Amino acid sequence: MRATHDVSALRQMLAGLEAVRLPSASSAFTLGAKGPDEVLAETLARGALHEIYAAEGGDMPAASGFALALALRALNGQGEARPLVWVRQDFLDSETGRPDARGVSGFGLDPARLILVRVRDPEQALRAAGDAVRCAALGAVLLEWWGEPKVLDLTATRRLALRASVSGVSFFLLRRAARASPSVAVTRWLVRPMLSTPLAADAPGAPAFVVTLLRHRAGVQSHIWNLEWDHESCSFRDIPPLSRPVVSVPAGKSAGPTAEPSTAALRRAG
Amino acid sequence: MFVERVKGALRLSAVSSQARALGLAPGLTLADARARIPDLAVAEHDPVADGLFLERIADDCDRWTPLVALDGNDGLVLDITGCGHLFGGEAMMRRRVVEHLQRHGVALQAAVAGTPEAASTLARYGKGGVVPPGREAECVAPLPISALNLPEETVTGLSRAGLKTIGDLAARPGTPLAARFGVSLLTRLRRTQGFEDVRIVPRRPLPACIAERRFAEPIGRAEDVEGALRRLIEDLGLMLEARGEGGRAFEASFFRTDGTVRRLTVETARPSRDSASLGRLFEEKLEALADPLDPGFGFDLIRLAVLRAETLTPAQVSLDGRALEEEEVAALVDRLVARLGRERVLRFMLRDTHDPDRAVRLVPAADPVPPSSPVPDDRLPRPLMMFDPPQPIEALAEVPDGPPLRFRWRRVVHEVAHAEGPERIAPEWWRQATGIPTRDYFRVENREGRRFWLFRAGLYGQETTAPHWFLHGLFA
Repeated sequence: MRATHDVSALRQMLAGLEAVRLPSASSAFTLGAKGPDEVLAETLARGALHEIYAAEGGDMPAASGFALALALRALNGQGEARPLVWVRQDFLDSETGRPDARGVSGFGLDPARLILVRVRDPEQALRAAGDAVRCAALGAVLLEWWGEPKVLDLTATRRLALRASVSGVSFFLLRRAARASPSVAVTRWLVRPMLSTPLAADAPGAPAFVVTLLRHRAGVQSHIWNLEWDHESCSFRDIPPLSRPVVSVPAGKSAGPTAEPSTAALRRAG
Repeated sequence: MFVERVKGALRLSAVSSQARALGLAPGLTLADARARIPDLAVAEHDPVADGLFLERIADDCDRWTPLVALDGNDGLVLDITGCGHLFGGEAMMRRRVVEHLQRHGVALQAAVAGTPEAASTLARYGKGGVVPPGREAECVAPLPISALNLPEETVTGLSRAGLKTIGDLAARPGTPLAARFGVSLLTRLRRTQGFEDVRIVPRRPLPACIAERRFAEPIGRAEDVEGALRRLIEDLGLMLEARGEGGRAFEASFFRTDGTVRRLTVETARPSRDSASLGRLFEEKLEALADPLDPGFGFDLIRLAVLRAETLTPAQVSLDGRALEEEEVAALVDRLVARLGRERVLRFMLRDTHDPDRAVRLVPAADPVPPSSPVPDDRLPRPLMMFDPPQPIEALAEVPDGPPLRFRWRRVVHEVAHAEGPERIAPEWWRQATGIPTRDYFRVENREGRRFWLFRAGLYGQETTAPHWFLHGLFA
């Protein structure tokens, strides 16, 4: 009697541990900034596919940074230091440089947690990322994608999204020089750099972005936020419109969160 | 027949058996040979091709024993200690090796003896055959002195002294010979006589353990090959488990009936003997082959060897599953490495230096984590993306060390809105040659909010009058 009792108790304990280990696809993460969090209200899913677009070549570092920040936010609640896989093609090294360990650590990610996978062509990139996203022990997978190769079609994104939901690994698809194509991504963001709030002695401040939520499967309306990344607390901060520097907002650039979504830039590229 | 240019004259370097029967011998000049037999078929000697052919035969000889060494440029030594009984005794084994190689059109002479030198001497200068244990000295005695493979002048010296055969030499007392010709002569003699045994140095590292399967009928279908490989992996897994080890590097060798050997190597990040994951790794490897595994007329032997083994105790699975997760990540890395190659799955290693070119290194993620040196905690922001090498730009800046006001990169002009700097980084003079300029780094932001890491190479007025500007990285 006593023995069976012990076994069932053990089973319960194990089931509890299993539940901790098996990530639930429904868990959501936040950005840490009040503005977007109120609008998104717990709809940013882990274990799902998110797309981040850069409108122009020059916006790529900003988009990479934003994607990395999102990945860190997604990892944040999961407690332990799970590794992150970043898949990128060789030629990107000459286009935008290669990720640097100290830059990554300046973003709040321990570089030891980053596994960099270099591939030759889009097919390999897709396969490597597909393998990585199945590994439930990873924190997130970042796939950097240039242009619009044919291999990344609706079927491919659906497969990635499905695997992500099974394993619970968040998948971030970083796209550059691309037109928005149909995909099954939960969210789609357009990221542009923004003039930072200068520090003392007119030094450039923390990374700042103009972030446009282009699409959300849960039906959240399109929005624009000005966000700043704080690597110490690993969270975003709203930039209030008034604290923006008075210097030169170039014509055609959004001056605050009320501006219209700038889809023109997206069309121009590609 | 082959010719070779020796000291300006074309001389025969190798002759066929027919030519030998006609009285031609290596060393004769081509002109003399032509004078004797006008219609000679002559080809130029290609030592490199010969070497490759010998390598190929050596590869094929791996099927008999893992210990194979090259002997000169036209011989092979196989260490068959403990292998003979597998092939029906030494005499039987010798016959099988000879028959196997003759089938591939190789003319050869083989000898089995107690020491590599004795066997080599007998095969080259004697009739070959198997020497009964302990009778090497008798067998080599009638052979000429030159069979000892000694320097030219020693041979001349010995024959002037009237010592024509190894037997003559062995009959003399050793000390005067050593005094006259050096100790190496005696060593060589003792080894050839089988009194002193030195193991050969195999051309390939000795595997920790192997599993192999021979096929009476060669197999060629891909499914059969994969099935055989799977069974070998299982066998090897059991062997490793019995030894309490796991393999870090595995090599599958496919021996074709025509003597060609194809090898595939798979490495794992941590010791492993799990047949399922190893099977997957080999599948990845087979799929990723640029030129697929061509069975030709079939494989008649498949061998799986563990090249490196490490202790692997059965892991106690911790309840929180942490170890299990690490295991999973390692398995993913192995899979990616098998498909893409070691140098494509990387992780960062930081180094204790201020030189931005050297501060970060990418190392294969499959390698064990090296002890990383303490990293300077200077908290200065560094760009997310770095260019290697830095990209040249044109910049307009205040002299001597003001930040740039405007710069042009990739034909686009950027107006600087905010700038921080200079952060002066001097070259590591103890590491590099002199003449490398000091760098002044600036963190700048243009009017669109794009952030750059620029530097000026050279101190204005001290190191150069027209400093060049470079872009080293991009901030997010």
